[in-house]
Amino acid sequence: MKSCLVVDDSRVIRMVARKILEELEFEVIEAEDGQVAIDRCNQVMPDAVLLDWHMPVMDGIEFLYALRQLPGGDKPQVVFCTTKNDLSHIQEAISAGANEYIMKPFDSEIIQSKFSQVGLI
Amino acid sequence: MIHPEDFELLRRIVKSRSGLTLSPDKAYLLENRLMAVARKWGMNEIEGLAATVRGAPNEELLREITEAMTTNETLFFRDQSPFDQLEKVVLPRLLEARKNTRHIRIWSAGCSSGQEPYSISMVIKQLGAALNDWRVDILATDISRAMLDKARAGLYTQFEVQRGLPIAMLMKYFSQAGDKWELDPGIRAMVNFDEFNLLNDPTPLGRFDVVFCRNVLIYLDQPTKTRVLENICNLMPDDGVLYMGGAETVMGVTEKFQPVNEYRGMYEIAKRAAAGYGTASQNYASNA
Repeated sequence: MKSCLVVDDSRVIRMVARKILEELEFEVIEAEDGQVAIDRCNQVMPDAVLLDWHMPVMDGIEFLYALRQLPGGDKPQVVFCTTKNDLSHIQEAISAGANEYIMKPFDSEIIQSKFSQVGLI
Repeated sequence: MIHPEDFELLRRIVKSRSGLTLSPDKAYLLENRLMAVARKWGMNEIEGLAATVRGAPNEELLREITEAMTTNETLFFRDQSPFDQLEKVVLPRLLEARKNTRHIRIWSAGCSSGQEPYSISMVIKQLGAALNDWRVDILATDISRAMLDKARAGLYTQFEVQRGLPIAMLMKYFSQAGDKWELDPGIRAMVNFDEFNLLNDPTPLGRFDVVFCRNVLIYLDQPTKTRVLENICNLMPDDGVLYMGGAETVMGVTEKFQPVNEYRGMYEIAKRAAAGYGTASQNYASNA
């Protein structure tokens, strides 16, 4: 079973994402900001990260740079999932090392489509 | 609730004009879809619509009734593998086989809002220099004028560009236009859109090396499927390739095409079997 770390400061979004990902047979771990997410990755490196951008303490981009510096941090497929839906943010995320990008609002079909594009399903 | 005789009348119109088969359990669907047409024509009920059709059948009204019943579900790079195959197997073979004419023709039959033919153009664009000095025609047809207008405009919603389209392709070939995403004019210019009813003889459209006719025939009855596929076959050279949808089959429909064992969704011409994509006709079983 593959694991996915869901990083979002909204409990509702984490819950919705969890439900969709569990249906896709992922083991879901949650984090409410980038710093908590880094702590989780230091314990166990997930196969996938579904990552919000704007969060308190440490935002998505800062998390991504930090993750890619960790031992084994190049391994997870990182899929941004954010309301920042313009080309310059997409470019920034991809240059920072994101593998895919979802513009909110999302649904199960979009998650499935993006996860299969990066080879997670 | 729609009167059975009105359903029968409208069902027959749709069937004769498009081949779409509506069973009685689709009465609710017909009613829902045609209410919008009825309102547009100043009527509040399907009954009025049916009466108008009986009394003074207007060509434009009949067309709108038919178009309203078509299914336009589509997405970029639907099922992915046909487009991978096109890039890695079919086009490289055609580059060799057509090196004298340097001309390839591809038909997207039932193109809906354009995601399929535009996915094909993106694949071709990605091949870059290999196709310099080549002429690649992509013809995309649909019965629905509304869908063709949307396809030509090349404007897609945020939802549409997130279904099937990798983010790298979005960054490369789309720009933002308000709350929509606009496809690059160069990619759009690679596709010619035309209105075409698959019930008609496609001979005037010319020859096609590759035909995408995916998730279109599922709405037609068996004899119509057979006729459409055999018409398509007549347009193809011996080494032509047909793509059908993942849930579709030629079994029991026509013997003119056979599935290519190695490549899901790909069909070659059976009798001639010159393409050499697959090996033998016993491939049926493993593809079923």
